[in-house]
Amino acid sequence: MSETLLCFKNVSKSYYGNTVLSDICFEVSAGEIHALIGENGAGKSTLMNILFGMSVIHSTGGYEGDVIIDGKKTFIKTPFEALDAGVGMVHQEFMLIPGFTITENIKLNREITTPNIASRVLGKRLETLDMVKMDADARKALDTLSMDIEEFTLVEGLPVGHKQFIEIAREIDKTGIKILVFDEPTAVLTESEAQNLLAAMRRLAQTGIGILFISHRLDEIIDVADRVTVLRDGQLVKTMNTKDTDVVEIAQLMIGREVTITPVQTDAKKISDEVMLSVKDLHVGMPGEMVRGIDLEVRRGEIVGIGGLAGQGKLGIANGIMGTYPSTGEVVFNGNPLALNDPRATLASGIAFVSEDRKGVGLLLNESIELNIAFTAMQVNGHFLSSLAGWNLRNDREIRENAERMIKDLDIRCSSSLQSTGSLSGGNQQKVCVARALTQKPQFLFVSEPTRGIDIGAKKLILDLLLRLSEEYGMTIVMTSSELAELRSICNRIVIICDGRVEGILPPDASDAEFGLMMSGSRGLTKNADLEPVH
Amino acid sequence: MSDSTVKADLSYHLKSALSGVGIPTIIIALFWVLTLFGGHFVGISIQSLLSDTLKRAGMNAVLVLAMVPAIQSGTGPNFALPIGIECGLFAMVCSIEMGLMGVPWLLCSAALCIPLAVISGYAYGKLLNAVKGSEMTIATYTGFSVTALLALAWLTLPFTNPKMGWMMGTGLRETIQLDAVGAAQILNNFMMFSIGGVDVPTGLFLVFGVLALLVWLFFRSKMGIAISAGGINPKFALAAGLNIDRNRIWANVLSTVLGALGIIIYSQSFGYAQLYTAPLLMAFPAVAAILVGGASASRANVSNVVIGVFLLQGLFTTSLPVTNELFRGTDLSEIMRMVVQNGIILYALTQVKRGG
Amino acid sequence: MMTDANNMLDAKNAHELNKNSGLKAIGSWALEYIVTIIFVLFVLLGFAVSKDVSLNYFFSELNSRVFRNAFLVLSLIIPVLAGLGLNFGIVIGAMSGQTAVAIARYYGLGGVSALLLCSVMSFFFAGLCGYFTGKLYNKTRGQEMIASLIVGYFANGIYQFLFLFVVGVIIKVPATHPMIKPDGIGIRMTVDLMPVNKGGLKYALDNVYKIPFMHALLILALAILLVLAIRYWQNIRRGHAHKNRPMTFAFNILMCLVIAGISAHAIITKSSLMMIPKVPVVTGLLIIGLCFFTEWIMKTKLGQDFRSVGQSQHIAEVSGINVDRTRIIATMISTILASWGQLIYLQNMGTLNTYNAHTQIGLFSVAALLVGGASTSRASIKNALFGTILFNAMFIMSPEIGKSLFGQPALGEYFRTFMVYGVIGLALGLYVWKANKKNKIVIE
Repeated sequence: MSETLLCFKNVSKSYYGNTVLSDICFEVSAGEIHALIGENGAGKSTLMNILFGMSVIHSTGGYEGDVIIDGKKTFIKTPFEALDAGVGMVHQEFMLIPGFTITENIKLNREITTPNIASRVLGKRLETLDMVKMDADARKALDTLSMDIEEFTLVEGLPVGHKQFIEIAREIDKTGIKILVFDEPTAVLTESEAQNLLAAMRRLAQTGIGILFISHRLDEIIDVADRVTVLRDGQLVKTMNTKDTDVVEIAQLMIGREVTITPVQTDAKKISDEVMLSVKDLHVGMPGEMVRGIDLEVRRGEIVGIGGLAGQGKLGIANGIMGTYPSTGEVVFNGNPLALNDPRATLASGIAFVSEDRKGVGLLLNESIELNIAFTAMQVNGHFLSSLAGWNLRNDREIRENAERMIKDLDIRCSSSLQSTGSLSGGNQQKVCVARALTQKPQFLFVSEPTRGIDIGAKKLILDLLLRLSEEYGMTIVMTSSELAELRSICNRIVIICDGRVEGILPPDASDAEFGLMMSGSRGLTKNADLEPVH
Repeated sequence: MSDSTVKADLSYHLKSALSGVGIPTIIIALFWVLTLFGGHFVGISIQSLLSDTLKRAGMNAVLVLAMVPAIQSGTGPNFALPIGIECGLFAMVCSIEMGLMGVPWLLCSAALCIPLAVISGYAYGKLLNAVKGSEMTIATYTGFSVTALLALAWLTLPFTNPKMGWMMGTGLRETIQLDAVGAAQILNNFMMFSIGGVDVPTGLFLVFGVLALLVWLFFRSKMGIAISAGGINPKFALAAGLNIDRNRIWANVLSTVLGALGIIIYSQSFGYAQLYTAPLLMAFPAVAAILVGGASASRANVSNVVIGVFLLQGLFTTSLPVTNELFRGTDLSEIMRMVVQNGIILYALTQVKRGG
Repeated sequence: MMTDANNMLDAKNAHELNKNSGLKAIGSWALEYIVTIIFVLFVLLGFAVSKDVSLNYFFSELNSRVFRNAFLVLSLIIPVLAGLGLNFGIVIGAMSGQTAVAIARYYGLGGVSALLLCSVMSFFFAGLCGYFTGKLYNKTRGQEMIASLIVGYFANGIYQFLFLFVVGVIIKVPATHPMIKPDGIGIRMTVDLMPVNKGGLKYALDNVYKIPFMHALLILALAILLVLAIRYWQNIRRGHAHKNRPMTFAFNILMCLVIAGISAHAIITKSSLMMIPKVPVVTGLLIIGLCFFTEWIMKTKLGQDFRSVGQSQHIAEVSGINVDRTRIIATMISTILASWGQLIYLQNMGTLNTYNAHTQIGLFSVAALLVGGASTSRASIKNALFGTILFNAMFIMSPEIGKSLFGQPALGEYFRTFMVYGVIGLALGLYVWKANKKNKIVIE
């Protein structure tokens, strides 16, 4: 291949002693489309933060190793320096101002101006905009992408695909752009829009730009990329030519772990055949985690895992059923239909929820542990109250007794039950959340991302706790997690969500490749390769 | 409750109370002490200054108390306090029209203002739910509009009692003397006693004490706890199955009722019911007082009310004679009132986190 | 066959969709301009019920009010475009202007030169105040409007401190001076600014050159006609023909022609409309100048930054625009313009109501802008000028309606206060309500 535009050389990064990237080495050549793939937390975003000089890197002690751009060792301290060095990024969420025209967006803060009398006296900022030149530049950039939309159209109301192209047009309009990063560009596009985008990427590469293509869609990677680099747990697993590999291999490399947590399944547990929760055609409007029609059945006594990549909708399921985000569909619990969008009714029917957003949804951070634990049972079931002349007042004694029991049972480390939950460690906060759910005495528990942001030791405690609940109390649990290993260690079966739908259901001991293919939504590629529709 | 829990409770609350003393509270307290000493040096008796402070604090306290439910529910300080005030004024005017005097007048006014305040507070709560994120601005102009609307009502409604009308023409007077219905200082004088030369308006404090106790108890009730939770963290409240919008409405109903009762208590102590434009800016000193007491735009409790109203009204009452004595011919205390009151509110606004 | 049927179905659907969306469009248009509509109806009602308001009286009142207030209303546009919302804090600018006038009056300065000096002084006063106000707005993000209202009250306290305490107690002034209170402390409630021909500031600007109202109207109509035509032609020449809206253009031209026709007719026939007092040309030119200045600055890099910041602070920040600084500049410009607006206002009033002249300026100007069809995030010169006219028309008609419907002019006074507050509350409330509705989450 031709000259190397971008080269990562032994790049490592750790946050507070926690290594998130170690010894990354790969390069992107001129005219090449280089795909970067990895699970959530594999280190893709940290790598991009380094490349773009985000403050989060520099405020935590910088990084080790070298970033070499166009043959020069470069140390980028701000996103604007990245731009000067010729590195551009097409954002996943659009950085477009809806009330502006396409031209104005493409030229945002890079407007072409001409001096006038006032500007000569008072400074460059009073120079007049040269809309004619700006329009011409915008036109040129749009033409490069073969977009025939008028450059003076307002961005507001344009289809998503167009917005994506305007983002790209803005990047290629920047002078001296050499490397362009596409961060999951097709995630929000329809199929035909995605095809257009991939075609545009190929055209751009032909002009000599090096493209770094971050995606989890294996078919697209095989389709468009020249090489692919797989990251896993902050390590570079392998860089391959796409023509020498296939989706199965990539999927396997992406998931495979040297150390797998051994499943701790016990035979003692009995799962009945009775369906406890049945979900039909569930749609949930959770921004960033849209659910687009899910059918699911959970049997009494089961631990069901819900897995999938971030943004695919796995988190939307529990939130939709619990009513924290608007949803439609049909849910039957214990044989009775469950009213959606009514959190109170859902809680009252015996379902409890430990939210993925511990600090935002799970806790009242300034309130005491005891109130946090008692809260839902008090509000929904009317526990912990004493009556005074018709008033339901809180019963401090009962609240405290319950809290003290939970603190002992779940081993919550705190100085007193009056301590505010905001001052607890992540693991103990999670235990408070679980304690609140248990105080409701539920038959069914939704737990989302129970180990997110918790150190390794506490993680195991939480998982053991869930297992204990299932085995000793026969509680039915649906656990949603981004960490596949965790799901595989305690779940009876694992539902993989992709693009807001159920991609498939796997037993915990299914192979890495199966999980990888399913999570990237590419399962169909291997089986149905010869079932292309004939026109 | 066992002994140990009481102790834990006490030490815990003491700790949180001490750590909660903010800069505004300290500054205002210092200023107040300073003016008290200043008064002593220019020869104004501290006893009379303290008597005035007690009276002023007592008459404003319920209006400040009205801020607690609104702030706790997450709608911010009730800048639309004039809504409640107008309900109270309307009730007082109606009671006069009925020809009532003295205690019956007071009781009738209080009884009449509550249903009015419940209805208007409900409507106001509905409005606030429609404009989430900009409650404070909208509340201010709602309060202003209601005041202006009621000014029209005072002018046109067919009240006939001569105690309230102009000598000629239709419409009500700007200030109605409550002496005329034998209701001026009726609460203040109830069981009033003097201690070391300081007059204590017992009745005033009793009424405030009862209302404050009820508010305190309310926030220990199921609904009060739910309201507070919705105010601190709406997402948490939603996940716990609470109806946040409904709770916000009830909190503002409570706030409006307290505002209505508050103006009755205020007026009887003042001796006049002030109509027309008088209620326009009455929300601001109440907001400032609770902020001085250590509340923020999103968290408040009854102790904030007590501390705030004594400090702020203390400062305002003592500064008036003292500055007049020191700088004859100036209106320094009025100027100070404006700067302090609005400065405190601005300070609190800079502490508001940007709503998402 | 299939495709034909499908096409027909599509066409039918499209037709029905159009019909529905047509009705909806009217509904949403009415909601958008509800405030304007209410005011137009109110003024029309005023004409219908009041018998003793002659067109002449109406126009001469309107005339002087519009010239007095337009500059102040125009000073609100830039902060709106920069995303700061409605800047009630222009009262601080007004106070700066008044401070400058008080200084000039104290030293007995008069005439156009004194007014120029005032404008230089208030430029610095208002610039400084605007800087600090801007800083405050940056600290109260998302609550700028309530902060701007309260900072006005706060500044009023400081203003009174200066005028009632510092003047006299700290800066010794002669008690004999006509603007100082008899006891030698503080400035009087009302200060006569003295007519310009007696060496004062009253009408210093207005009296430079005056022409009859109808002449001014004729010239204005023709000038607008010319500007419209030039703009139309320039758009075509520059290849921006898409910006031209032939229907609107034709309507505007027609309106200009009608007004020009009426004025010309009145001038030739010397009808009673010629009795309307003369208009101050220099003041008028300053207002027009401010319109052009606002247009111009929005076409510069700075103006584009205002708009970027106004539309999305986050995206502007990410794109490298210094958001805080841009917002401070917008506040400073607004405050300085307001201080000049207050100078125009005061020289026309002829007396300085030391402690009252500024207090309502913020509310009234904001209400006028909203009445013109502006909102928290959108405002134009058209909104400001049309709003000033309509708002002041309401102000004139309100007591008349009170008088003829209820026999009480005082009722009209309270009613117009209600209209001011109500309009601001309604416009702001509707804006937030619509924004909240738009942000509702949808299920896919």
